[in-house]
Amino acid sequence: MSKVHVVTSVNGEPREMLCEPQQSLLEVLRDELGMTGTKEGCATGDCGACSVMIDGRLVCSCLMLGVEAEGVDITTIEGIAEGSTLHPVQRKFLEHAALQCGICTPGFIVATKALLDRNPDPDERTIRYWLAGNLCRCTGYDKIVRAVQDAAAELAHEA
Amino acid sequence: MAEARDYRAIGTRPVRPDGVDKVTGRANFGADMNLPNMIHGKVLRSPHAHARIKRVDGSRALEMPGVYAVISGADFPSGAEGEISGEGGGTVSDLAMNIMARDKALYHGHAVAAVAAKTAFLAETALELIDVEYEVLPPVLDVDVAMEPGATLVNENQRTRGNESAGPSNIAAVTKFERGDPEAGFAAADVVVERDYRVPTAHQGYIEPHACTASLDEQGRATVWCCTQGHFDVRSMTAGVLGKSVGEIKVIPSEIGGGFGGKTVIYLEPLAVKLSELTGRPVKMVMSREEVFRATGPTSASHCKIKVGAKRDGTITAATAWLAYEAGAYPGAPVGPGCMSVFAPYDLENFRIEGFDVLVNKPKAAAYRAPGAPQSMHAMESAMDELARGIGMDPIDLRLENCADEGTQAPYGPVYPPIGIRKCLEAAKVHTNYTTPKAEGTGRGIAAGFWFNIGMQSSAEVRLSEDGTVTVMEGSPDIGGSRASMCLMAAETLGVPYDVVRAHVGDTESTGFCNVTGGSRTTFATGLAVVQACEDIIAECKQRAAATWDVDADQVDWTEGEAIPKPGVNIDVQPLSLADIAGSMGRTGGPILGRASLNAQGAGAGFSVNFADVNVDQETGKVDILSFTAIQDAGTAIHPSYVEGQMQGGAVQGLGWALNEEYIYDDNGVMENAGFLDYRVPVASDMPMIDTQIIEVPNPSHPYGVRGVGETPIVAPLAVTSNAVSDALGFRISDLPLSPPRVLAAIDAHEED
Ligand code: FES
Ligand code: FES
Repeated sequence: MSKVHVVTSVNGEPREMLCEPQQSLLEVLRDELGMTGTKEGCATGDCGACSVMIDGRLVCSCLMLGVEAEGVDITTIEGIAEGSTLHPVQRKFLEHAALQCGICTPGFIVATKALLDRNPDPDERTIRYWLAGNLCRCTGYDKIVRAVQDAAAELAHEA
Repeated sequence: MAEARDYRAIGTRPVRPDGVDKVTGRANFGADMNLPNMIHGKVLRSPHAHARIKRVDGSRALEMPGVYAVISGADFPSGAEGEISGEGGGTVSDLAMNIMARDKALYHGHAVAAVAAKTAFLAETALELIDVEYEVLPPVLDVDVAMEPGATLVNENQRTRGNESAGPSNIAAVTKFERGDPEAGFAAADVVVERDYRVPTAHQGYIEPHACTASLDEQGRATVWCCTQGHFDVRSMTAGVLGKSVGEIKVIPSEIGGGFGGKTVIYLEPLAVKLSELTGRPVKMVMSREEVFRATGPTSASHCKIKVGAKRDGTITAATAWLAYEAGAYPGAPVGPGCMSVFAPYDLENFRIEGFDVLVNKPKAAAYRAPGAPQSMHAMESAMDELARGIGMDPIDLRLENCADEGTQAPYGPVYPPIGIRKCLEAAKVHTNYTTPKAEGTGRGIAAGFWFNIGMQSSAEVRLSEDGTVTVMEGSPDIGGSRASMCLMAAETLGVPYDVVRAHVGDTESTGFCNVTGGSRTTFATGLAVVQACEDIIAECKQRAAATWDVDADQVDWTEGEAIPKPGVNIDVQPLSLADIAGSMGRTGGPILGRASLNAQGAGAGFSVNFADVNVDQETGKVDILSFTAIQDAGTAIHPSYVEGQMQGGAVQGLGWALNEEYIYDDNGVMENAGFLDYRVPVASDMPMIDTQIIEVPNPSHPYGVRGVGETPIVAPLAVTSNAVSDALGFRISDLPLSPPRVLAAIDAHEED
């Protein structure tokens, strides 16, 4: 099977990649680009561990083909921190102990950033429904929701 | 004896040392390992729940370009011997069979062959070209059916332990505990409750699928990278299955994306080593989510019968439990701990407990958080609720009336040291969530939970750097923040700030032996090793200070991270801090390190009391958890945020099991819901905040009073949910899960009566 040449942008940097036609964007990110921060929990769109942003929209990268990434802007967990400074969402996850094993964390952080980018002041119910596509088996969600609330408050304060 | 006291580091909530790597995507988990020249392995799994394997032929697959090797049961040594250490237990021989079937496939999804190919996609494709000839046999799929005389046998050679002469049986073992005279006790009771309870198979549901990479060098030495709860156990199990010595295998643990008991055993590692041996290349194997459901770790489905009787004043006069657990295809259901925990919160004079470990054609059960306790305690704690109603007593008062205390002989034998069940009940009684009346039309339920917690083997090494920073090296994979706990205990012991301590999880060759992270043992036992290794450092630092000051070491004290002369020792010197001593250690005798290894005794039992308010939608049968309160004795909370996190996470896992989670099988033994869409674990929008209250009754066997907290939290929520739903409906549904279809059917049936 011949590979397809795809030109895209990952975390603000132009990238070229060779994708097999059946490869998901998740597989291309992890196996071809070596960006293993984005995780696979199911490969069927049910767990959110593979969350990335495509042109600012939250997407399960396991449900998108690599070849579909032609010409888009991809944001992964590796692109959330600003240089060597953690994004407030990342910091709040740490301060609130919103991760235990941490496998779901990249997906939650990307999903949270996508939420706060569009709705800087979500209530608890909105947070819980927005994050309902991200499974966490360790925390019971309590500390995750609190971390998101606190990050939103801090971002609102900064703005 | 440890008493609740003031600490400087313990009880604070610093950021965990491995945190930054985990919020930036840098942390490497099981599937993140890549090596030059690496190829990929995939497993062919039985499409039948019970079948004789007549022939496995990989020749067509091997003809495919890019396919390097095909293996099956015939490639593994037969007659593996020995027992598996750790939480799951069982024999190496059963483990070997479970990893790769030989003569018979015993469940749908049982591995029958594996292939290595250039890419995972090619390997997957090649599986279709492996020819397997099966003789399909009828499966036995239900614990009650499997126990009947004349039932189809999962294994024709299986006999009941201790009763071998009775001939083959699906009952692998029977456990019994008895005290007093239960029949006389029931005769003396004013109210007796007797009921059957069924709890379905549930999966641990860790978000990270099993993954490993193995590379065998030209001398036959294997290196294995994998996500596991215990890499030393991976080493011994892999060696056992392959007929190698442990010295030929090195296991490097990755970060682990959840385990809950399910990663205390192995599935892929020996296959990857064997494929690497045959191909001369590193082989990576990663399970799909579907494989995780079909072939790994669920816990046992159970059928429990409870009978409990009491006087009008609430005194329990007798209780009996009959507990039948599905083991899956090989012996080892957690029915032993189920028996031992069923009555653990209570001081009972008369009781009988019988447990049955029963084979069925389903995946081999693996440990799942407090293995065995949720099933049996769901039954008992539900019966307690009915009993309280029967005699018109508050359910907390009924439990207080029969509560075990220090000095009570536990139903499973030992006499309790200080335990926290009474304090948890008392705390529940005055909790505002309990004293506030429930809302109109809702239901409230309460239940107790318990787990033994275990000790076992741990080692730790603590090293000083020349700037006074401290490195802790230990061998317990960090699933939920244990590095932070180790750093806190080291900082407390040494008297230094948390920030100067770093904890690392070493591989099997860079740190001493540690049993699995499981049994809620890590903070207790590995923590104990870390504390002792720090004490070793302090002893050496006192020596160095004494030599510097030209006095005897016993004239030196260690306080607040400094060596000072003992009171009454009259020398005019400045205190020497840990950093001072570290800075000059090259001149005062060389590097300073401390170490400890132990087989920890005296793990303290962990009790909990949980309660919840629920709403039941009469139209749809949907149950909503309106509020949930978890109260638990942690002994001492080293890092309270992670203790709360264990309580909240365990509560939600228990609620998932109570509300929705179950393996749904068709008549052929094929699981019909092997994905997160249909096997529905709780999501954020299903849950409220989980309120926590940590009780601290220090464990006298640990210098800081640690009990271990990880497993107890999953136990109580099952009965809490049943009791709350029963309260809301006005009648009892005794089986789980309380999913909308079951609840709706029960409402309809009740209305017809
Ligand atoms: S891996 Fe994409 S949603 Fe689970
Ligand atoms: S922290 Fe383990 S799955 Fe979320």
